[in-house]
Amino acid sequence: MTATTVDDRIVAAGTETQWQLIWGRFRRHRLAVFSGIVLILLYLSAALAEFIAPQDPHAFNARFTFAPPQSINLLDRNDEGRLIFRPHVNGYAVEVDPVALRRTFVTDPEEKIPLRLFGKSEPYRLMGFIPMQHKLITVEDSRTPLFLLGADRLGRDVLSRLIHGTRISLSVGLIGVIMSLVIGLVVGGLSGYYGGLFDLIVQRVIEFLRSLPTIPLWMGLAAALPRDWDALAIYFAVTIILSLIGWTELARVVRGRFLALKTEDYVTAARIDGASDLRIVMRHMVPAFTSHIIAAASLAVPGMILAETALSFLGLGLQAPIISWGVLLQEAQNIRAVATAPWLLWPGAAVIVAVLTMNFLGDGMRDAADPYAQ
Amino acid sequence: MALLRYAVRRLLFMIATILALSIVCFGIIQLPPGDFLTAKMAEMAATGDAVNVDAVERLRAQYGLDRPFIVQYWLWVSGVVVGDFGFSFELTKTVREVIGDRLGISLAVEFLAIVVLWAIALPVGIYSAVRQYSIGDVAATIFGFIGLAIPNFLLALLLMYISFVAFGATITGLFSDEYMNARWSFGRLVDFFSHVWAPVLVIATAGSAQVIRILRANLLDELSRPYVDTARAKGMAEWRLIMRYPVRVAMNPLVSTIGWLLPTIISSSIVTGIVLNLPTLSPILLRSLLSQDMHLAGALILLMGVLTLLGTLLSDLLLAWIDPRIRMA
Repeated sequence: MTATTVDDRIVAAGTETQWQLIWGRFRRHRLAVFSGIVLILLYLSAALAEFIAPQDPHAFNARFTFAPPQSINLLDRNDEGRLIFRPHVNGYAVEVDPVALRRTFVTDPEEKIPLRLFGKSEPYRLMGFIPMQHKLITVEDSRTPLFLLGADRLGRDVLSRLIHGTRISLSVGLIGVIMSLVIGLVVGGLSGYYGGLFDLIVQRVIEFLRSLPTIPLWMGLAAALPRDWDALAIYFAVTIILSLIGWTELARVVRGRFLALKTEDYVTAARIDGASDLRIVMRHMVPAFTSHIIAAASLAVPGMILAETALSFLGLGLQAPIISWGVLLQEAQNIRAVATAPWLLWPGAAVIVAVLTMNFLGDGMRDAADPYAQ
Repeated sequence: MALLRYAVRRLLFMIATILALSIVCFGIIQLPPGDFLTAKMAEMAATGDAVNVDAVERLRAQYGLDRPFIVQYWLWVSGVVVGDFGFSFELTKTVREVIGDRLGISLAVEFLAIVVLWAIALPVGIYSAVRQYSIGDVAATIFGFIGLAIPNFLLALLLMYISFVAFGATITGLFSDEYMNARWSFGRLVDFFSHVWAPVLVIATAGSAQVIRILRANLLDELSRPYVDTARAKGMAEWRLIMRYPVRVAMNPLVSTIGWLLPTIISSSIVTGIVLNLPTLSPILLRSLLSQDMHLAGALILLMGVLTLLGTLLSDLLLAWIDPRIRMA
């Protein structure tokens, strides 16, 4: 009885679990925390894409081909000329260049399109199964234009497409890394734990894969995918291709940890105690490097996202009805298109933000997971 | 002697790697369902041309398309060894003709990119280590992170857009129209250099961010060593001291990074070459892949892989020659 109270007092005085220590160190890394918050917002907007995107990403309207971005005005003058809070965007007026007969959009200060928060919209299903009929930002009259980041060559809303693309682009990175992690854990774990001939072969295979330029290999494998597969199959195939070549770094990390831990006294003790290999690995070794592996995996995500974007941009990855950042950037392949509509490059900004924040977050996690860091 | 043994070992390993690579490449050639001739027949039938079954069968026998994988591989690889990379069915030329002088131009662009990469990364890396936490160091770090995050093709697009808006010029290609198909001359060389800066700059940013980071970390380690203090105490001029000792030590591990630098450079030069439409191997690689002209594609991937391996071998040997610790290991 007394023993437990003493234990309780020690705990109250401050013992921290390994995860609490890691969290404490991580919190001091301000840039990483900030990046984490940005990433949570990005993943949230990916999950709630239908709610946040003002328009249907596939809806097209030839009247608004390459319509430039509208800016939101928060204030407006009421009938007596006083400033009041009434968020709105301006409509478009089309001017035709008399020489080149080219249509250019100018904002029409007379036409004001009021914006609504949580306004009613066409009924839709959030994430494919929750019936909803409100969106974050709506216009009163659904026929009036709302292109906060402009429109593309078919008059589709770039912002809505960007938000829907987030879903695919960010999930490719995650799923790809999870697959690489599975391969890396199994292969790296086996070769680190047992060593010997298997380890030798695995090391040579990893060296081989790492000595080759990845883009042409990815391109070659992706080009071999049958053209008549449906979107979902292509999506998974591309993810598998990315992880088939991307697993090597994770396998290296896992193997290194296994080699380092294998000779630790407590592992030897467990072995002498007659514990099975599986139990030694799962009970004694895995907890010792989980944090490391998570950090290494999080640093691998941005590479996957960049690879998917590049492949899709080249037309070898995901294809048109699917929306990913790379697919969207395909629209910007033509210099004329970019010159008339530079807002087509916005998905590129999304890529940069996602990759930057993931790198910062991964760095922070790696530093936090290192028990010997000061 | 040790160097020779090391070189032989590396060479043997490279040959084995090239063999493995050739199997992978042939696998890629074989991956699409059916072969080129079935695709061709379907296309001819679709356009209403009479399909000459006899001729098709003859072609199939000629290319060994009806034989098992291993035989086809042997036919292909024994051709590759003597420089016969097969036939591009789409362009109806041999792969060698298609590659032509594009290979040389590819190599020139990549070589220049590496030179520029070092020219950027060395001074910046040294500066940000010596003046740690200065404004220049912070700027270099930010530049480094952004350089890691921005995809090459996006950088190429941005550069294209900026030069189009600012100067009204498109920076695609490597030659002006009058030099496009001309023979090499002084004028063509000047023309080449007036175009090549854009792709070279884009490709060089791919690796420079990482090289700067590694060099900075290595040099920071070296700068706190006692021998630096000793030299300083003896009154050696600061910059001379830094360049003479710590930088040289910090450079060594950097030379070994060429192993990953080359694959990165080649990968990014492919994407950049496609976006900027350079007369290099990259656009034809993309084109052959999109039209599933797999003999051409497989040969190109093999070629790029082998060049990467050769470059890596050269840099490894160079490193072993500089650093005795490596050839003795």
